[in-house]
Amino acid sequence: MFGTAVIVFREVLEAALLVGIIAAATRSIPGRNRWLGAGILAGLSGAGLVAAFTDVIGALASGIGQELFNASVLGIAVLMLAWHNIWMASHGAELAAGARAVGSAIRDGKRECSILLIVVGLAVLREGSETVLFLYGIAASEGSGASSMLSGGLAGLILGIAVGYAVYAGLLRVPMRWFFTATGLLVLLLAAGMASQAARFLIQADLLPSLASPLWDTSATLPESSIPGMLLHSLIGYDARPAGMQIVFYATVLVTIAIGMKLANRSAPALQP
Amino acid sequence: MRMIIIRTSLLLDVPVKSAFNSLPSYIGFIPILLILLVPVRVLGADGEFSLVIQDHRFQPAELKLPAGKKIKLIIENRDATPEEFESHSLNREKVIAGRSSASIFIGPLDPGRYPFIGEFNEKTAQGVIVVQ
Repeated sequence: MFGTAVIVFREVLEAALLVGIIAAATRSIPGRNRWLGAGILAGLSGAGLVAAFTDVIGALASGIGQELFNASVLGIAVLMLAWHNIWMASHGAELAAGARAVGSAIRDGKRECSILLIVVGLAVLREGSETVLFLYGIAASEGSGASSMLSGGLAGLILGIAVGYAVYAGLLRVPMRWFFTATGLLVLLLAAGMASQAARFLIQADLLPSLASPLWDTSATLPESSIPGMLLHSLIGYDARPAGMQIVFYATVLVTIAIGMKLANRSAPALQP
Repeated sequence: MRMIIIRTSLLLDVPVKSAFNSLPSYIGFIPILLILLVPVRVLGADGEFSLVIQDHRFQPAELKLPAGKKIKLIIENRDATPEEFESHSLNREKVIAGRSSASIFIGPLDPGRYPFIGEFNEKTAQGVIVVQ
């Protein structure tokens, strides 16, 4: 039961952290709860489908279908997070100030919500499909009771969601002055970490050279299997043994989004006091 | 002022419908991304090695690989249930569906021991790649 809980926790954590951060970052957008809920539901149903068709996806593109699928899902999520952050850089302040009636902000706000749905849906889809497969494997093999699996899975799920909620609640306590800087930074790092993971899948599929593998090795001081390592991996894309190409992806996404945010912020209408 | 009120009311639209309405503005990125992912196999491996998963165990449990070479590792899962090949030291993870094969590219590696596990059956599915 304990083993089941740990694995489910690991998978749920990544999605829960993302949902927590995104939920906090969009706190001032009207109707965001419905969109978040719709995203989670869409992600869960997608996860079931992906799990059911694992063999089909895996066999695509002469055996590298799974890597292509994961890299695409991550790549799309990076684009959505980039869009979100740049949009927030230009409209976040207006929303925070309660100037919700600004026409363009509202029109874009709906678009922002659909982005929200996609990002959350994709995160749940990716982590959820692995959880479904894992639980299916346990249920199908002999010797382990279904009730033990259920309680383990449930414990992992609740623990994962609790951490995600703690991050959400913690972020809401950040003073408004720093709030958008804090959530913007977190989303930026999330996106960069996802880009690095996408690169790793493409290297694994032999579509990209690794450049240097690994570029560094910090597995002795901060292993990825430890709790801090796990959290850092989900939050900022920490990798104990990254390939050089992963760092190229990480840095490129980080710098590109940061520049986009700067430009958007500069062109944002001045805020009335 | 009137215009603003109308737009505010639009926010109450059904989420799915408005999601479709607002797609085109950023969806244009996605084809570009997909084009980037078209498999152009220019790299290739220096050698192929295989592992078998049976009864939630790896065979062989210890695999010797040459140093400094890029290897295509073919993993055949003979069990009916899925397994996830995972190795932190190799920085690789891949789900292998029941009764199917998958390949993973690893290396070039320095000499040393690189443990791996089957994450879905961690107690029994353990192995190590020894690079020399």
